[in-house]
Amino acid sequence: MLAQQLVNGLTVGSLYALMALGLTMVYGVLRMLHIAHAAVFTLGAYAGLAAFRATGSFWLALAAAMAAAVFGGLAMERLVYWPLLPKPPIATLIASIGLFIGLEELFRIVAGPQPYSFDVPVRLAELRLGPATVTAPQALVILVTAVLLAGLWLFLVRTRLGLALRAVSQDRDVAAACAMNVRTVVSLNFALGSALAGAAGMLVGIYYNSVYPTMGDVTAYKGLAIIVLGGLGSIPGTVLGGLLVGVAETLLIGLVEVPFPRDAWAFLAMIVVFLFRPQGLLGR
Amino acid sequence: MYVLTVATLVGIYMILTLGLNTITGLAGQISLGHAAFFGVGAYTLALLTVTGGWPFWPALAAAVVAAGAFGALIGALAIRVRADFLAIATMGVNFVTVSVFLYVPLFGGALGIGGIPGPSLGGVEFGKPSFFGLTAAAVALALGLNLWLGRSWAGLAWLAIRDDEDAAGASAVDVRKFKILAFTLGTALAGLAGGLYASYLTFISASDFGFPMSITLLCMLVLGGIGTNRGALVGAAILGTAPEVFRFLADYRFLTYGGLLVLLMRFSPAGLLGDESRLWQWACRRLGRSGAPAAA
Repeated sequence: MLAQQLVNGLTVGSLYALMALGLTMVYGVLRMLHIAHAAVFTLGAYAGLAAFRATGSFWLALAAAMAAAVFGGLAMERLVYWPLLPKPPIATLIASIGLFIGLEELFRIVAGPQPYSFDVPVRLAELRLGPATVTAPQALVILVTAVLLAGLWLFLVRTRLGLALRAVSQDRDVAAACAMNVRTVVSLNFALGSALAGAAGMLVGIYYNSVYPTMGDVTAYKGLAIIVLGGLGSIPGTVLGGLLVGVAETLLIGLVEVPFPRDAWAFLAMIVVFLFRPQGLLGR
Repeated sequence: MYVLTVATLVGIYMILTLGLNTITGLAGQISLGHAAFFGVGAYTLALLTVTGGWPFWPALAAAVVAAGAFGALIGALAIRVRADFLAIATMGVNFVTVSVFLYVPLFGGALGIGGIPGPSLGGVEFGKPSFFGLTAAAVALALGLNLWLGRSWAGLAWLAIRDDEDAAGASAVDVRKFKILAFTLGTALAGLAGGLYASYLTFISASDFGFPMSITLLCMLVLGGIGTNRGALVGAAILGTAPEVFRFLADYRFLTYGGLLVLLMRFSPAGLLGDESRLWQWACRRLGRSGAPAAA
């Protein structure tokens, strides 16, 4: 029972981590909260579903989800965030909230309020690990997440662009003074974060077999709680935060009979962290 | 009658935006959870009158005190975290509060609380017109409080904190004290609005006080002109009546709100009537006044 809950929790947690990484990366370079990241996530889910229905291929659908998310994320950065950068932080925050609620409504108007099922036949065998079973969709989620995270990690530590990205997130002005093209790095950062969110959106759609306009809601808010838990801007912290929240809430719901909704736990944990360790678990 | 209902609700929104203006507009503390305090006020009045059998007036006072006390607690949180974190923290507070309303049986769960009595004076129950009068008086009280605060030492301290927290602290402004004061007063007004709301509608449920409500309130304030009382009043009046005036927009309400927020931030961050908005500066020039005082 415990082992099974752990597997379930890790699956959900890896989805949270994938979703929250983009938030952390954007915070890292622009020092702003990208609430509309959740709209990018939902966009990825819809694009993946549409591509899957058209082609029947999981990998093509994943590529389409990530491509659509990159397009959406870059458009936001170009049209809204970059021009607002010189304004006070509340202006970008409010604009970001505006983008999110507006886009969510747009999804509802375009695709309709009803949930679509996202049924992907997965050709992976069930995995039995002692008392726990890893179902095929769980294996798919964990596998794709692991590959994407490993790719991101290699990119950040092994390439010159990855180095530039880390430099800009440490200090934008000094990076610019060292002749780095900050504008390009910021765009690249948005593109990478959005691609991960798009993949996360599609995987969430498959895992819960449902795609609907407000699917970004809980993820958006919980994503914020997770990046705060991990320490804003810290990439390993975000992965840890996502996994922790996923495991903790699954265990709490599965083992303890507390009449409290699943989604409130992350916020409660976040408020406690604020009180005792405001810089987050792995923050400096 | 219908017009009176809309006017009363707009009055309640005005009290809420005036309170939010103290926190976010004057003291510069971003709050994405104002509806939580609105809810605390509403549930306090509902529980005290329905379950506790209290009369309306002391229950209304208790609603103000309860919301203000909760606000002071959150204000204490605000002194530990910086602006971005505070926005997320207040949002989290909103979610947790609504979850408590929904899941703790005392608060009526998903069904909410019904049968909330209205106010009465000298044995006469308030009808719709007199309730509107009561709301108008409450708006006047809230506005008076804000105007007085704006001219006081506290108003000056808030503006200093908003513009540069470190500089304010270095100039011997007690940043912690004034942040908590802003939260306490702003949320106490939200409690007042909540008490009036519960009593006017006679029925409340948790979904009335969720995150979308907080966003709507912030949207009102930003549209009118954040940091000014006139902005708070005008924003509440416009977005409070908008769903009635633009019925055809009902399905696109949040698309409109969202688009409005993005466009305002992009092209006129001071809102319609903020100190730096084109409309207000034009009006000041026409009336032969130079720049208006910040809290006018």
